[in-house]
Amino acid sequence: MSARPAPLWLIAGVVPLVNVAVAFLAAGLVIALIGENPLEALQIMLRGALGSQYGLGYTLYYTTSFIFTGLAVAVAFHAGHFNIGGEGQALMGGLGAALVALSLPFLPWPILLPLCVLGAALAGAAWVLIPAYLQAYRGSHIVITTIMFNFLAATLLVYLLVGPMKMAGSMAPETARFVPGATLPLMNQMAAWFGLTLTRTPLNLSFVFAILAAIMVWVLIWRTRLGYAIRTVGANPDAAVYAGISPARITVIALLISGGLAGLMATNEILGVQGRLINEFTAGAGFVGIAVALMGRGHPFGIVLAALLFGVLYQGGAELAFDKPKITREMIIVIQGFVILFAGALEMMFADRIASLYQRFAGQPVSA
Amino acid sequence: MIPPAIQMTGIDKRFGAVHANRAVDLTVTKGTVHGLIGENGAGKSTLMSILYGFYAADAGSIAINGKPSLIRTPADAIHSGIGMVHQHFMLVETFTVVENVMLGAEGGVFTARGAAAVRSKLLELSQAYSMDVNPDAVVSDLAVGELQRVEILKALVKGADILILDEPTAVLTPTEVDNLFVLLRRLAGEGKTVIIVTHKLKEIMAVTDRVSVMRRGEMVGTVETAGTSPADLAELMVGRRVVLTVEKGAARPGDVMLAVEDLCVRDARGTLRLDHVSLTVKAGEIVGIAGVSGNGQSELLEAIAGIRKPSSGRVSLKGEALDCGGKDDPRTLRAKGLRHVPEDRHRMGLVKPFAAAESAMLGCSDEERFGRGLFLDRDLVMADCAAKMAAFDVRPADPGLRTALFSGGNQQKLVLAREIERDPQLLLIGQPTRGVDIGAIEFIHKRIIALRDAGKAILLVSTELDEVLALSDRVLVMCGGKITGERLPDQTSEQDMGLLMAGVTSEQPKEAA
Repeated sequence: MSARPAPLWLIAGVVPLVNVAVAFLAAGLVIALIGENPLEALQIMLRGALGSQYGLGYTLYYTTSFIFTGLAVAVAFHAGHFNIGGEGQALMGGLGAALVALSLPFLPWPILLPLCVLGAALAGAAWVLIPAYLQAYRGSHIVITTIMFNFLAATLLVYLLVGPMKMAGSMAPETARFVPGATLPLMNQMAAWFGLTLTRTPLNLSFVFAILAAIMVWVLIWRTRLGYAIRTVGANPDAAVYAGISPARITVIALLISGGLAGLMATNEILGVQGRLINEFTAGAGFVGIAVALMGRGHPFGIVLAALLFGVLYQGGAELAFDKPKITREMIIVIQGFVILFAGALEMMFADRIASLYQRFAGQPVSA
Repeated sequence: MIPPAIQMTGIDKRFGAVHANRAVDLTVTKGTVHGLIGENGAGKSTLMSILYGFYAADAGSIAINGKPSLIRTPADAIHSGIGMVHQHFMLVETFTVVENVMLGAEGGVFTARGAAAVRSKLLELSQAYSMDVNPDAVVSDLAVGELQRVEILKALVKGADILILDEPTAVLTPTEVDNLFVLLRRLAGEGKTVIIVTHKLKEIMAVTDRVSVMRRGEMVGTVETAGTSPADLAELMVGRRVVLTVEKGAARPGDVMLAVEDLCVRDARGTLRLDHVSLTVKAGEIVGIAGVSGNGQSELLEAIAGIRKPSSGRVSLKGEALDCGGKDDPRTLRAKGLRHVPEDRHRMGLVKPFAAAESAMLGCSDEERFGRGLFLDRDLVMADCAAKMAAFDVRPADPGLRTALFSGGNQQKLVLAREIERDPQLLLIGQPTRGVDIGAIEFIHKRIIALRDAGKAILLVSTELDEVLALSDRVLVMCGGKITGERLPDQTSEQDMGLLMAGVTSEQPKEAA
């Protein structure tokens, strides 16, 4: 005896928009409290993020990382698991890419570059293997183990970058530069091949990879037998056992895919922008991915949109901090926090009210 | 004249698009046992939830003992002298009886005084109604019938004059049911008012003074129990006459399809749940397993279906030995012609957030007919489900609709369609009609008989004794993980079955355990 559910466009479209609006309203109040004009701030943010080639390039560059980490969280979600270790898996993805790039520099780029990308994905997947195995066969909670593995990844990377992998003679914790054949072209370089002139930004080929990854995740989850098994395990593990699907096996597979996607985030920062392995390059993208996946409701299309929103917040926020000294970098984090709070954690706060409003105005359907 | 204990007038309640109660009137006389029956979704639970303050009615009024009462929360209901015994007991397993009854009446920071008051009240009540309950027993040690008595005592201690019992007999043995009914009659004799919500017609006939029938959110009638019959009540419930007995010809058993020998299953704690069970099922016969739920039937089905690994024993299908739960998992067993309708379709048989079409291929998602290679073809999946829905009259016939939005009967038809349609050699069916309305029960029973007549072997588990007796060609009774007897359905009585279900066997065990 449940009410007829509200249509999909309402839950997946209107509800997130209302949530974001409320988040901006709350952030606006805070900005007004410190004596700035919230509307002006919003204008600066949007213009800074979307109003120029430069701004848009940076926005999409941030977006790229968030798509990868958001997809990673979403795939694990569909199998019923909360992979909170995107940060560590992405760091290891960078290590994987760097190991390939630095150890096989003699290979021609059409072989080396795909191997570097593969190295990032495999290393990300490898970093989740132990937590996945422990979850699937020993029942150790994936949230606990992946958090611990985030710390392990961070310390391992510091050890390697100040020790074995440090470039000789350098004072910075970073590796030597990769050969050009191991780096992804920037978007403005690619545009130049076609005679177009774009402003130079960190946006690179990995943005295309991210969109392709989103499409492939959609196909995987909704159009393949494996995706069906993953969703069955996530929605009803008992039914999976009844069907002859092993929840343990599917858990490991889904988490490996999740870790691989997180590892691919390194293609943006390491192969695309830095061209060498540096410390702490993920800059929290692994955690933003959780908010992105929540807001995108686990659907690749929603994840791309949510990643874009966070890209706007990152780039527009940086512009705002630059323009308005009163609004510090920390203030920007407050605004991002509001978006995560209303769109992520309190995702469903307004859903019921919006649904009942809809039912009042759409009229009562014939009772069943 | 004494005012009625309960007078509900014009109760109306909508849940979004569903009109659960339409201007329902209910009058219950003080000191009587009143039955409330109806199919699933008829609105009886909603009506009782309104009376107990779980929901607020959209319209209508309630008067208790002639006094208009505003019942907004269960606390209001308790204050008005209404007590409810839920189908699933609300007890803290690790607490003693006194501690459970004391919940909500602890009487201050320290519990000693509250406990003493509750204890004396408990003793007083259990003497007055001769309910035998040890106040210091830990609840997890009690049998189901005793748990129910604790629930009833809990309500009485809180001062209930009106008791609502929701499906009180679902988990009881026939003897426990008899004891409950004696207790209910005694309570009514002492001036308490009892409402029993059920869909079992026989119990209504046995215990009630008067019965109200609901259908599709409406109250279709209140009759004196003495002046009605099960057939009349069934007709009121569904709006037309239904055949309560199953028409079937004699079985023509063929070769042995399933042979189970000395099968034992231990649970995670190492307790023996299935104790050296042996049975055979031949092609073209239905073997029924009767028994109170939780006596090893689930373990038996799950072990044969490859879901649970037996600790010892042998299972063979068509003479081929199976390694159930090991090499033979549900997937490989399905390929060998073993199909399984699980006892609890919500827990195992379906994935409720999935579209019906996706639930309809659970366990078959690897088959070539749903797509090529690694991929699933949405059109093929939808078309397959549409065909199943047409063949089994699933309504609404919409493969894209979420599984959870179908009624119990239609969900069950979907599961049956999935399991029957692939021409099984052996079908395991658990609780074929649990939570299914009468119209669909008839349909499902006919399908099971048709499958038998097509020469398939069927192992049926049901806690509805009538169903097992009506469908089966042979009946085995289980108690405490053992088979306590085998009977032919037309050569047994309910008393005989009841004794076997309670574990009382007249036969000597074949060998010393």
